[in-house]
Amino acid sequence: MADISPYTEARPSQAGKIALRWGLYLLLGLFAIFYLMPLFVMVMTSLKSLDEIRTGDLISLPREVTFDAWRTAWSGACTGIQCEGMRPYFWNSMLIAIPGVAISTLLGAMNGYVISQWNFRGANIIFSLMLFGCFIPFQVVLLPMARMLGMMGIAGTIPGLIFVHVIYGLGFTTLFFRNYYVSIPSELTKAAKVDGAGFFRIFWSIFLPLSIPIIVVTVIWQFTQIWNDFLFGVSFSQAGTQPVTVALNNIVNSTTGVKEYNVDMAAAIIAALPTLLVYVVAGKYFVRGLTAGSVKG
Amino acid sequence: MSPILEINNLFKSYGSTEILKDINVSIEEGDFLVLVGPSGCGKSTLLNCIAGLEPISGGALSIGGRDMTTVSPKDRDIAMVFQSYALYPTMTVAKNITFGMKVRGVDAATQAEKLAYVAQQLQIEPLLKRKPGQLSGGQRQRVAMGRALVRDPKLFLFDEPLSNLDAKLRVEMRTELKALHQRLGASMVYVTHDQIEAMTLATKIVVMKGGVIQQIGTPSEIYNRPANLFVADFMGSPAMNLIPAKTRSSDAGTHIEIARENDAPIVLSDSKNRDLPQDVILGVRPEDIADAAKLAGGEAQGAECLIDIVEPAGADTFAVMQLGGKHVTARLHSETTAAAGLPQKLTFDLGKASYFSPDTGLRLN
Ligand SMILES: Nc1ncnc2c1ncn2[C@@H]1O[C@H](COP(=O)(O)OP(=O)(O)OP(=O)(O)O)[C@@H](O)[C@H]1O
Ligand SMILES: [Mg+2]
Repeated sequence: MADISPYTEARPSQAGKIALRWGLYLLLGLFAIFYLMPLFVMVMTSLKSLDEIRTGDLISLPREVTFDAWRTAWSGACTGIQCEGMRPYFWNSMLIAIPGVAISTLLGAMNGYVISQWNFRGANIIFSLMLFGCFIPFQVVLLPMARMLGMMGIAGTIPGLIFVHVIYGLGFTTLFFRNYYVSIPSELTKAAKVDGAGFFRIFWSIFLPLSIPIIVVTVIWQFTQIWNDFLFGVSFSQAGTQPVTVALNNIVNSTTGVKEYNVDMAAAIIAALPTLLVYVVAGKYFVRGLTAGSVKG
Repeated sequence: MSPILEINNLFKSYGSTEILKDINVSIEEGDFLVLVGPSGCGKSTLLNCIAGLEPISGGALSIGGRDMTTVSPKDRDIAMVFQSYALYPTMTVAKNITFGMKVRGVDAATQAEKLAYVAQQLQIEPLLKRKPGQLSGGQRQRVAMGRALVRDPKLFLFDEPLSNLDAKLRVEMRTELKALHQRLGASMVYVTHDQIEAMTLATKIVVMKGGVIQQIGTPSEIYNRPANLFVADFMGSPAMNLIPAKTRSSDAGTHIEIARENDAPIVLSDSKNRDLPQDVILGVRPEDIADAAKLAGGEAQGAECLIDIVEPAGADTFAVMQLGGKHVTARLHSETTAAAGLPQKLTFDLGKASYFSPDTGLRLN
């Protein structure tokens, strides 16, 4: 019987396809290794003793795994004259990041809701101005902001840092929510108005439940921004309110005598861990949220 | 008693485009007002203005005798079904329907009772736990209806609420709506593209075109005495035949002469209408042109016409011919002997004929 399968013809190119596929994987794998290399070196170094670092080479596995460096980094390393490790600063960062993220996300959601669903005169101008806020280089605002914090009496405090991060996060959070809400048909708001719901009721009962994907996006974005911030942290804090990024810098720069690479590496990883965690936990939703658009009623 | 809805000189523009021009409508309690008009003529916009969802650019509007021109939608005591349904995507069907009552603080027992009643009426009981995303278009539409029907407002606004239902369900819902209207005596403003819906439901029809009201009247007035060529052409399916004709007055009445290609003109006489200008457009409904045997007496007059197309449609058969340079449709008996390409003896009944001016398009008689 004659073979009339339409796939016969395609067989040679099938092999080509597989080769291409594997070639792609290989290339992607190489890139992944390239990107992961620094992290690998950091983790390995943090698990070695100082002796081993001095004698061994950079990418070799530790002969003897020790968590001493981690312990020191967390609670014993010196930042200048104090030797409390990263721990107090880690909590400072948490105290700044969590309210900062929550407030800026909530306000951004409100802004986006008002701008996209409650047509008022000048909505577009206000939105453009807020967008402009996203592109102002932070260095420009340092001095005015310092003065303002001073006048408000919250200079050098954690609420002061929260305030700064909320203000500079608003542009982005508003942008995210506004673009998300623009695709929601205005009839939804209209129907709710006829049903008797007011401004906050509509926001709370109809828009917030719709916003999970964009809330995830905004939270990840804001958390990364606030947690990783160094400039505001170093400019607007004082002893005792410094965030983890500033502490890391101080630990790495203020070691006297022998440079403790393992402690530096452990401290760096500690500082980066929360953002890594947020990506791992919510990264899936991040991508989904960025691509999710229209809501079909 | 003051009218339940009164609209005076309403204008509405988006930017510099005027969408609604000088709208004047008034309906009494218990009226069923149907808005018809071609797509984009401003029907939904008018409903939005009545609901207070779009600010109006001029004029005034009162509901239940109270001036509502600037009152917010939630205080207008209206319920509305949106053309796009506008169901709340994150709420279940049941929650969608009860949201309005919940917001207004109706107690839970009443909510449940009304929900059950409306769900049964609209045949959506099995769907109550689903989200709108898991419903078909027709099901969503019924949920949207339910959301309005659980309320007890002064005025219902419906924007094509049955457009997505299958033929059978649509007839059922239509009957249901009519019963509801009669039972509650509720006042309604209803937008539809469906001629039969308009005719069967309305106590009053408003025909709009390009944001201007063309005619307001009872279904029978709109159907039998269209105010202009647009209304004549728009209402009724198949549409009214609009045939250019020449008139000649005599003692017996007016002679109407319709030119034909390759044939002698048809001359009909109308004893009722006199003083018509020489050039008119004669409007005759398809059912007023019938088999010779069917229409007799009164104004019926026979003429033999060459049939071009025969379209059987169940109960009737439509025959199309050329008169006065136009396609003219006659509604014949289903067992008619008419055949395409052959002449057929037909009767014209001018008893309900309309005459329009070819220049202004306005009704002459
Ligand atoms: N927000 C808006 N901005 C500008 N023009 C608008 C807006 N909304 C509607 N229009 C215009 O107003 C006109 C009337 O629209 P409307 O929705 O009232 O039509 P409609 O009669 O309901 O049509 P349909 O039968 O297709 O639903 C249309 O020409 C439309 O383009
Ligand atoms: Mg419409």
